[in-house]
Amino acid sequence: MATSSERSPPPFPDSEDQDVLDAEEVRGRDSDEDEDLFGSTSTSPVTEMDTTPTSDVSMKPPSDIMNDPLIEPMSSQTGNKPASEPSDDFFDLTNNVSVVAAAATKSDDFVDILGSETGAQRGEVVKADVTVEATIDRSEVTAGVTDPLSQQEAKQTSTTPVIDLSGDSQPVTSKIADPLVDLFSDAPPAAEAKKPSSANIDLFDDEEGSDIFAEPLQTKPAKQPQKSLFGEPDEDVFGEPLGAISKKPVPKELKEKSVTTKVTAGGPLQDSKPADIFSQAAASTPSVTSTVNPKTNGVHSEEDGDIFAAEATVELSLDSPRNERKKEATAKPSAPAPTSLPAAASLAKPQPPALEELEEEEEEEEEDKFDIFVSVKDPEKIGDGMNAYMAYKVSTQTTLPMFRNKTFTVRRRFSDFLGLYEKLSEKHGPNGFIVPPPPEKSLLGMTKVKVGKEDSSSTDFVERRRGALERYLQRVVNHPSLLQDPDVREFLEREELPRAVSTQALSGAGFLKMINKATDAVSKMTIKMNESDVWFEEKLQEVESADQQFRKLHALVESLVVHRKELSLNTASFAKSAAMLGSAEDNTALSRALSQLAEVEDKMEQLHQEQAASDTFTFAEMIADYIRLLGAVRGSFDHRMKAWQRWQDAQSMLQKKRETEAKLLWANKPDKLQLAKEEIAEWEAKVTQYERDFERVSATVRKEVIRFEREKTKNCKRQVITYLECLLQSQQQLIKYWEAFLPEAKAIA
Amino acid sequence: MLQVDISDALSERDKVKFTVHTKSTLPNFKQNEFSVVRQHEEFIWLHDSFVENEEYAGYIIPPAPPRPDFDASREKLQKLGEGEGSMTKEEFTKMKQELEAEYLAIFKKTVAMHEVFLCRVAAHPVLRKDLNFHVFLEYNQDLSVRGKNKKEKLEDFFKNVVKSADGVLVAGVKDVDDFFEHEKTFLLEYHNRVKDASAKSDRMIRSHKNAADDINRIASSLYTLGTQDSTDLCKFFLKVSELFEKTRKIEARIAADEDLKLADLLKYYLRESQAAKDLLYRRSRALVDYENANKALDKARAKNRDVLQAETSQQLCCHKFEKISESAKQELIDFKTRRVAAFRKNLVELAELELKHAKGNLQLLQGCLGILKGNT
Repeated sequence: MATSSERSPPPFPDSEDQDVLDAEEVRGRDSDEDEDLFGSTSTSPVTEMDTTPTSDVSMKPPSDIMNDPLIEPMSSQTGNKPASEPSDDFFDLTNNVSVVAAAATKSDDFVDILGSETGAQRGEVVKADVTVEATIDRSEVTAGVTDPLSQQEAKQTSTTPVIDLSGDSQPVTSKIADPLVDLFSDAPPAAEAKKPSSANIDLFDDEEGSDIFAEPLQTKPAKQPQKSLFGEPDEDVFGEPLGAISKKPVPKELKEKSVTTKVTAGGPLQDSKPADIFSQAAASTPSVTSTVNPKTNGVHSEEDGDIFAAEATVELSLDSPRNERKKEATAKPSAPAPTSLPAAASLAKPQPPALEELEEEEEEEEEDKFDIFVSVKDPEKIGDGMNAYMAYKVSTQTTLPMFRNKTFTVRRRFSDFLGLYEKLSEKHGPNGFIVPPPPEKSLLGMTKVKVGKEDSSSTDFVERRRGALERYLQRVVNHPSLLQDPDVREFLEREELPRAVSTQALSGAGFLKMINKATDAVSKMTIKMNESDVWFEEKLQEVESADQQFRKLHALVESLVVHRKELSLNTASFAKSAAMLGSAEDNTALSRALSQLAEVEDKMEQLHQEQAASDTFTFAEMIADYIRLLGAVRGSFDHRMKAWQRWQDAQSMLQKKRETEAKLLWANKPDKLQLAKEEIAEWEAKVTQYERDFERVSATVRKEVIRFEREKTKNCKRQVITYLECLLQSQQQLIKYWEAFLPEAKAIA
Repeated sequence: MLQVDISDALSERDKVKFTVHTKSTLPNFKQNEFSVVRQHEEFIWLHDSFVENEEYAGYIIPPAPPRPDFDASREKLQKLGEGEGSMTKEEFTKMKQELEAEYLAIFKKTVAMHEVFLCRVAAHPVLRKDLNFHVFLEYNQDLSVRGKNKKEKLEDFFKNVVKSADGVLVAGVKDVDDFFEHEKTFLLEYHNRVKDASAKSDRMIRSHKNAADDINRIASSLYTLGTQDSTDLCKFFLKVSELFEKTRKIEARIAADEDLKLADLLKYYLRESQAAKDLLYRRSRALVDYENANKALDKARAKNRDVLQAETSQQLCCHKFEKISESAKQELIDFKTRRVAAFRKNLVELAELELKHAKGNLQLLQGCLGILKGNT
């Protein structure tokens, strides 16, 4: 197949335009294949044919992501031990969800899924799994994943929660279901994990199994004709787990294409059936139609219910997938039939500019959904002397169902914050996530506080740190993946936290940084990564120069703060002197004017002081935050590099093993040859595993960097505007003061 | 009519040459309008000749202009040259412009102070007729005054020590005249206060200048950040940089204007009050001399020896004291009038300038915020 050759280009095209082009290039072929699909009677070749082009064409991370969890169930089938480590759980969970979501989003996939339901096929499928490529695996497993679900739907149409569903499915789907059940029993946490995307919560929380699929399906077709709907939350739901957001329009496009082809090809194939199914749906599943999202029009909802109703009645017949497909094909254009296609076409073309907008909207939407607000308040010194520490009140306000209460407050000390960071960075750092760093431990600042000096610098220090901690926590909870971490929840909710030990002696952040820096320096010397991806190369450079610039800027703003404070101090002393001069002056009017001047200067002193505070807290602290964050970004790049290194090492190891094999072959030592072969197989598996790891980390890093930059832009703008507004206010005050003074000066006679 | 101004000035290495331009209808000048080139040392010579002239003991001698001090500015320029490699071209040109502007400001200030001195003299009813002054204005060659040598400087120093010790002694003497008694206490306190205020205002202005410099550097740093690429945020930074670039100019102007209107005023009155104090000292000294002469006369009369000599000496002292008192009273009254007028003028101007700058800043901020908010 031509598709296999297309897999070779780097996982990420250099530019998005190119990507779009690619997609368009493939369009023709793709539609061909779709037609092919319709022509064929057996679904198993169809699955292969159909899914491989989609993953190739879009060349998007989702495929990687989906590959990942699927490896595990697959390997368990082939007799290998499931390598589900607790640390991997998180990923698996999200990926599971994404599998489902992706399955739901991509009509092609969806069809495949349902297509593979036939029992006879399943054997084939399993067989194929062992040997075929990961991409193919994926489609099959997604098929498997949905398989039990749809079967359950057939059995019990209504009020069983998902967990039960998966449990029920066990007897039905014997072989494949087993690992999948594992996956699905993971689903409840996964649902939590996906909380930011509300539709996904619906997906799992909704009582009706049929609804699970009805939801995404309804919204999806509805979205295609209407541009405005792209910004809707459901888009996020799918966009988020899919990874590379920028690539999203591509699958959409594909869908559009499939729709068109289906309309033409599938239309005449079965004319009567759709109608049939419609009526069936209306009759058999009233509950489904009743729970349908009011946003979408009736046609869609009926249809969606229909899909499952049809499933239920037809019971794994070979026809069902095709019905499915047809239905979708007809359903999508059926609502606004004449407009949908041009709309889709027009959508596809102006993609690059529209893309960013989409992202923006999406992100905002997403943020709105994080209905969580964390504040750090009331720093309080606990204890005396050098054992003293600062405790902060961490209050959370949220409506997220993952928390037991809507508002709750806990007391945390500084080392707890550091402990949280350590846990998070240990867990998520290697996966390429940008874990927001907390403020560094400051021996000097804290010692001052401990000694109990009640001067301005120590209160300044405490306030700075409080603000930094608050922003740090807010960044954590606003991160869609980090919020799901049980440690975050524990940190926010649990009354007593086990003491973070490792941070006591040295600052956690500082220490980690030190180690990281040391290892980085070493690895930078030893590893010479020939960067295949220009995007990363450029980003890294950008990050590094931004880091430099921010550092410089920070030093400057700090110096401004120092000078502003000095100015405030000097203004105060001048005000005093002016007042004294006024009292010494023997001309009454002049004396009065001078004391007025002293008052003006007094107020100016206040203004300068406030301005210095604003310089510090709004401007300097923001920059300090970003210096820290840029460090974290660099960290994620390093993790990507490490993943790459691991992959390369495995590759060279494999090479060595192969050489040994060749030598053994030549030396004719059959006894050792077997061992060598086994080793080669083992290392081959490792190489693919590591390569996938690397691609996954790359995808995450990329996504995270994009997210980071967007957040940075938004945050910086907001902060700077606040800062300027503060400046503006002080200028207004200044005008008031001098205006009041002017008549006094004029009154001197 | 006698009008004096400094029409031009030239900075040559560490010397500044002022072109003193005079317009006059006084008969003792050969022409009605003429110019000569004078250096700072010649101004000092003129001032010292006033101080040393016994005739002028009853007047407030206009304070000598301070020595031009370009050292700090020049040093900075030199440092800039050394640090040329470590900064970007934009930064360098910007810094250079800054320093040049600073140099120019100091230069102008120096010229202004020298001019003020000449104007004060020219406006003084007695001093304007001084021969040395006329020579200073008219003689178109080098006056070949030399700076004081070490020995003379040492002598000056001792003189000053003796004078201040004497001043303390003399100040303890209760004045017979209430007006002078009051002026004495007033000037003593006023001088200290104005000294303090002048120092404080200098410091305030210096930190204001530093803050303005910081804003300047922040602006250029933001500019570099903004030119890294053409993302939305970069454009945003560029806008903010542009704003800061403008506001820091205003901030620098505020500092400069405060310097000109406030600090310089205080500095001038620091010197002028010192001159007034000196006048009072001379009067008190004369008074003490007069009293001593009276005592000596009494003694001479009692002993009936050298009575005539004592009498003439007493007469002389009395005359001197009376003469000083007579002109000093008017001088002190004039001093006050001048002071009030000067303060009024400068404070009004200061307030107006502050208002102007604050409004300018406000407008800039409003405009910028409008653009920034429109973009976001």
